[in-house]
Amino acid sequence: MEAPIGLLETDDATLVARLVPPTPSPYHRLNPTTKAVIATVASLGAFVIGGYVGPLAIIGVVLACAAVAGVLRRLVRVSALFTLPIAISVILVSVFTRAGTTVLFTIGPFDATLEGVDFAAQTLVRLFAISTAISLFGMTTDPRAFVLDLERRGLSPRFAFVAAATVEAVPAMVARAGTIQAAQRSRGLDTEGGLLARARGFLPLIVPVVLSSLTEVEERSLALEVRAFGRPGKRDLLWCPGDRGWERAVRWGLALLLLVAIVGRVAGIVGATV
Amino acid sequence: MLELRGATYRYAGYARPAIHDVDLALADGEIVGIVGANEAGKSTICLVASGLAPASIGGGLTGTLTIDGEPMAGRPVHDLAARVAIGFQDPATQRSGITGTVFEEVALGPMNLGLPATETIARARAALELLRIGDLAGRDPARLSGGQAQLVAIASLLAMRPRHVVLDEPTAQLDPEGTRLVADALRALASAGTVLLVAEQKTDLLDTLCARVVVVADGRLVADGPTGEVLGDERLEGWGVEPPSRVRLARALAARGLDPSVVEGAT
Repeated sequence: MEAPIGLLETDDATLVARLVPPTPSPYHRLNPTTKAVIATVASLGAFVIGGYVGPLAIIGVVLACAAVAGVLRRLVRVSALFTLPIAISVILVSVFTRAGTTVLFTIGPFDATLEGVDFAAQTLVRLFAISTAISLFGMTTDPRAFVLDLERRGLSPRFAFVAAATVEAVPAMVARAGTIQAAQRSRGLDTEGGLLARARGFLPLIVPVVLSSLTEVEERSLALEVRAFGRPGKRDLLWCPGDRGWERAVRWGLALLLLVAIVGRVAGIVGATV
Repeated sequence: MLELRGATYRYAGYARPAIHDVDLALADGEIVGIVGANEAGKSTICLVASGLAPASIGGGLTGTLTIDGEPMAGRPVHDLAARVAIGFQDPATQRSGITGTVFEEVALGPMNLGLPATETIARARAALELLRIGDLAGRDPARLSGGQAQLVAIASLLAMRPRHVVLDEPTAQLDPEGTRLVADALRALASAGTVLLVAEQKTDLLDTLCARVVVVADGRLVADGPTGEVLGDERLEGWGVEPPSRVRLARALAARGLDPSVVEGAT
């Protein structure tokens, strides 16, 4: 953590140290931008390299990092959940519509080809690599630490607000939906039962949720403005995540690696054949 | 000093003004209460007095807002924020949503003012201590009770140390102890020279807090004078305002032929 701690009285330094989100593993302790670069390079790398070996190697590295962070099981579960809906459509579309010479089986007018299965499998491996990389970032990075780090690097506090407020908005909307649902139920709205009953109950629920969220955003932006949020100029942050020389080297190294992969792919040296 | 002169304000999209020709001057160190029925125009006066209407929310204002003799028309909101703070009724919407602890929430305003971190910390700590909520410093601001959240919202304003404070029903969600803490904090601010404008339904609070009270009805100031005089006015209930309990008690005693002067401060 970087903070004005060296300049503070002991009491204040202790207090500021308590503001820092917990970092229970060495991976959590990495600078948020380093973790963002890892997630970006892993995602783009899997996309650019293609094939099986490259994305599988990336998945292996990401899972190893997740094991260090102590989030391996949760990461696999969440990534699988994210990938599953897309996987189903990819399999259906690729297997039965991709032209190929080796027909595995036929359903009605559709031929399932070996080439289609191969394409679907490669796409799924890429998707899983991207999903694990992004999920690992989300599971090991406090959003506030990330936006403060970006602000320290010169990003506007307004962007920080938009990014952090977006992350915070989801649980707030879920909580509000729960409150409104309870209120509507107490007035006789049926939100349970069959699909039709649930659909009927959806509209009286979603309209007040959206409207109250819009009102809240307006009031919250007013409350922020009166706290001088729009003032131009740099803020002296109470704390922000630390950065180390070797992390900077890792970030540049990863960026270079990605560049090499892109050049290799364009030149035909790195390909999607294996 | 904060002064509204001939202020008529119309919200964006509305043909009819919400307040008409309001003249209101607040001297340094003065606490002025605003009372009135629902929709009478109390909140609108607060928004206009803080400069947020029309600077932030739009609409049309005729008349002037001056602070310490300087006209505020056309000034950016962050400039207004350094001069006048405003607190709203609902603590949930006053939370920034971008901080993880109460301490950071309270420190956000001073930090936005560009103060050194040491000064920000000192101000946040002092504001929390003034409202006796120092024990909440490490708590998640999203997980507080309504009363705690309101105290944090007020502390967030106080940490900016504005010379002028406008509060729209600041104790609406507070229990009697919380209300007393806020009243003590406001008195302390006023004694340091801060100008305070407080819109409230709780006339008992204004009765003990303010030297002066104004009454708003249908967007117009219909009474302006010393607290005892205004809150003891026979027309108060007709304006949709419940008199404070000491006034009601004195009237009840008088109605039964008893001496109302036994009630302290009865008019």
